[in-house]
Amino acid sequence: MTFKHSIKTATEGLKANKARSVLTILGIVIGVTAIILVVSMGQGAQNLILDQVKGMGTRTVIVGGGREPTGPSDAGQIFSDSLTKRDLDLLMRRENTPSVKYIMPLVFGASSAAYESDTFNLTIFGVSPLMEEIFDMPVKNGVFFTDEDVRGRAKYVVIGHKVKTELFGADEAVGKVIKMKEHSFRVIGVLAERGQDFFNFDEAAIIPYTTAQDYVLGIKHFNRIVTEAKSETLINQAAEEIKLTLRESHDITDSTKDDFFVITQVDLAGRLGAITSVLTIFLAAVAAISLVVGGIGIMNIMLVSVTERTKEIGLRKALGATDRDILSQFLLEAIILTGIGGIVGIILGASLSFGISMLIVKIAVLAWSFSFPFSAALLGLGVSGLIGLIFGLYPARKAARKSPINALRYE
Amino acid sequence: MSLIEVRNLTKIYGDGEAKTPVLHDISFTIDKGEFVAIMGPSGSGKSTLLHLLGFLDDYTTGSYIFEGREAKSYAGDEVARIRNKKLGFVFQSFNLLPHTTVFENVKLPLLYSDIPEATWGALAEKAIEAVGLSHRRDFDATQLSGGEKQRAAIARALVCSPSVIFADEPTGNLDSKSGGAVMDILKKLNEVDGHTIILITHETDTARHARRIIRIKDGMIESDTVVAKEHRANGNTLNKID
Ligand SMILES: Nc1ncnc2c1ncn2[C@@H]1O[C@H](COP(=O)(O)OP(=O)(O)OP(=O)(O)O)[C@@H](O)[C@H]1O
Ligand SMILES: [Mg+2]
Repeated sequence: MTFKHSIKTATEGLKANKARSVLTILGIVIGVTAIILVVSMGQGAQNLILDQVKGMGTRTVIVGGGREPTGPSDAGQIFSDSLTKRDLDLLMRRENTPSVKYIMPLVFGASSAAYESDTFNLTIFGVSPLMEEIFDMPVKNGVFFTDEDVRGRAKYVVIGHKVKTELFGADEAVGKVIKMKEHSFRVIGVLAERGQDFFNFDEAAIIPYTTAQDYVLGIKHFNRIVTEAKSETLINQAAEEIKLTLRESHDITDSTKDDFFVITQVDLAGRLGAITSVLTIFLAAVAAISLVVGGIGIMNIMLVSVTERTKEIGLRKALGATDRDILSQFLLEAIILTGIGGIVGIILGASLSFGISMLIVKIAVLAWSFSFPFSAALLGLGVSGLIGLIFGLYPARKAARKSPINALRYE
Repeated sequence: MSLIEVRNLTKIYGDGEAKTPVLHDISFTIDKGEFVAIMGPSGSGKSTLLHLLGFLDDYTTGSYIFEGREAKSYAGDEVARIRNKKLGFVFQSFNLLPHTTVFENVKLPLLYSDIPEATWGALAEKAIEAVGLSHRRDFDATQLSGGEKQRAAIARALVCSPSVIFADEPTGNLDSKSGGAVMDILKKLNEVDGHTIILITHETDTARHARRIIRIKDGMIESDTVVAKEHRANGNTLNKID
């Protein structure tokens, strides 16, 4: 039989067995769609998390007090008051940290803010004016406080976008006075909206760190010292300089006994990357299961439907079909089915993932990005196609090996 | 050289406990152009024999020489070619492809042949016309009456102009009128077109069309008789050929 007629026979075979054709295609569509959807969502989540870290700035090096917690039950926070004013002064000395450009102390705490009858729960960040530089944080309305304000423990506050809309609505906020922890703060600036970012500055009140330490939090230490390296290539060197300075300041000779930790944006990205790859592995497992389930579906339909056609195979052989004719017919049928199923699955999977991404952007207001998982699509297509081929061909071969009359007798 | 030569043919189904001998020591020859009826009680092994002769099943021992060559010596693809080119098989249960038109059903053997594609349509039309089914050409096989199905099956069996047409109780499912029509077609194929016809029947009436009757009982040949011309059925237009 010529190739042309093999194709024709196969397509006619598919048309004559519509229900099974549709079911097989459906099985493949589900398998391929599921894996694309799951992996695309996983990648989206991963990108979202990593993007937030990137929002930190690639030259940022953060020093934290206490040991870096290694797990939820870790007592790493016991030294969390270890970063002192003395440390800050030492770090500020050019000869100690030649690779560092900016150094800024950071303290933070939860609080509520009240304006007239409205209250809003936010995070208070006590910082220096370098904040604007390090976190690339333009003030949309008003101004940022100055070094003078820091020295003078001024009760000025720069509020995040969400804080402004929650407390003031459309009204002008600059110049108004809000109450936090029983103290009155004058709003001198409103930050531009930042969207989802690592510190969630949209829901923050930013005040001079001296004011925060003395009036609001009642602490002497810093929660973090945020620094910026002179360039991206100097980031590890900067981290090293900071560590040496702090060890000397704290009389630490054994680096495993550090009572502080230093993380860079790169570290953080790597750390979160590890978390998100666990997420991805989990999602891949879910996808694999959906693929197996889809595969079993395809396998069943193929096994049953091709076995059902044992009689047809017997008849075709009785009329002069060679085993090769039979096998190429069923091979082509399987290829056409998996091809159609695969293409529909890829289109459906891609458009569903895209649609859901759009929904996430719209409804959850996240900077979610759609990505098409090419390898997942290939895997889904490959696995379901292979299963379709194997379980389409296996019963066909079994039937073709029977004598025509035994195949014809099959009920 | 005989077309078909069978020597001590046996067929045993299954093995071990389930071993069922069905044909014992069958021997006969059939020449080109013969019209042979195989008769015998139910379960005597008639269908089994016809399947062996039609290359649809393998015999257990003995020899079956088709066109001068032992059947078992043909390779798989050669067997497919013989089934396609030399043999036409009419099954008792029709075995038409469902959801497929009469025309496509009849054309099916041509797909597996080396006959040029350009002539397929005409050959199928001709075969359909020979069995008087032209008006049902584009009907789905499932929409046909029993007699029409059987005639479609005959058209399919003769579309490749085989040397032998095997028919397993072709009239068994039909009333006497459509059964008669089917027999007329087979008789014409034999007498006008020279096809060798080997058919199985229960009915003496049907067998009367044949020139030779082989009776089988319990898997053995009981009798093999040539029917005298004057005893053969008459009363139709084909008579004048005798
Ligand atoms: N595949 C098989 N396995 C085992 N036994 C079989 C098989 N096919 C047929 N037989 C047995 O072979 C015997 C002959 O069967 P066959 O179909 O040849 O009879 P038959 O003469 O055509 O009968 P009928 O007139 O009823 O069609 C029966 O007893 C049957 O049970
Ligand atoms: Mg029978």
